[in-house]
Amino acid sequence: MWKWLHPYAKADRAYQLCNTLLPYFAVITVVCMIVGWVWGLAYAPADYQQKDSYRIIFIHVPSAILSMGAYSSMAIAAIVALVWQLRNAELAVIAIAPVGACVTAIALITGAAWGKPMWGAWWVWDARLTSELILLFLYLGVLSLYHAFEDKKAAGRAASILAIVGVINLPIIHFSVEWWNTLHQGASITKFNTNAIDPSMFWPLMLNIVAFAAFVGTVTLMRLKNEILQREKHRPWVRQLLNRG
Amino acid sequence: MQFDSFSDFIAMGGYGFYVWLSFGSCALILIGILLSSLNDTKRILSSVQQQVDREARIKQAKLEQQV
Repeated sequence: MWKWLHPYAKADRAYQLCNTLLPYFAVITVVCMIVGWVWGLAYAPADYQQKDSYRIIFIHVPSAILSMGAYSSMAIAAIVALVWQLRNAELAVIAIAPVGACVTAIALITGAAWGKPMWGAWWVWDARLTSELILLFLYLGVLSLYHAFEDKKAAGRAASILAIVGVINLPIIHFSVEWWNTLHQGASITKFNTNAIDPSMFWPLMLNIVAFAAFVGTVTLMRLKNEILQREKHRPWVRQLLNRG
Repeated sequence: MQFDSFSDFIAMGGYGFYVWLSFGSCALILIGILLSSLNDTKRILSSVQQQVDREARIKQAKLEQQV
């Protein structure tokens, strides 16, 4: 396996891999997102209690899941970067961070817009909301730490360490609704076989989760390509790209 | 279809503002990061192109000096 994996440590091979994967992610994103949004907004039945306001779930839950998923991926890349000293992994950390920050911002904004009609407040200093806000700050911290260093090797290391330390926040977010008394409701879709969510709402939600995951993948690949190009811009293989158009 | 008319769809049973605020800001953020990433690619490639052109000009100038 190592023999097969090893060439991808090289920047140009990694760049090619990104190019190969990108169209698949892009197509999955476009198809799932269009179908997911139309299904969720127009075809899924209204909730018996929350009526049509619950439709925010179709972007709120996917973005919240992916805000944590993207952070986990970023932390894994950070571990790889620190342990095996792979520069591409460092670049992956920096490629994921802005995407993760955007997804986290979406989770917070949609949460606020859902909280106002249902709870009566845009924001409460509740454990779930506060820990999710900290997640946003962690993403921004990783980014600004990376850009604070002139020496990109030190920058990558510092950002990776912060990314790994921040993992402690993930279980806090996940279990916040159980550990503390909060306004935020508990988990529903991760509790299997409890019929907490009807199939007519579950499937469009699932589709939107796939769409968000594919979107995060797509933009991360695009940004990783950018980071590789930026880092390698004096290399001949980058110059050859220009001739191909 | 859960809604009888387009205006019903927009109204979202009275929750239109919150639903469209959510979906609108979500779309805006997603499109924003997508465009900024595409723009970065363009910027990086054009800076590489500039560097290549510059080196070509320097090479050309040196050749002319020798002649």
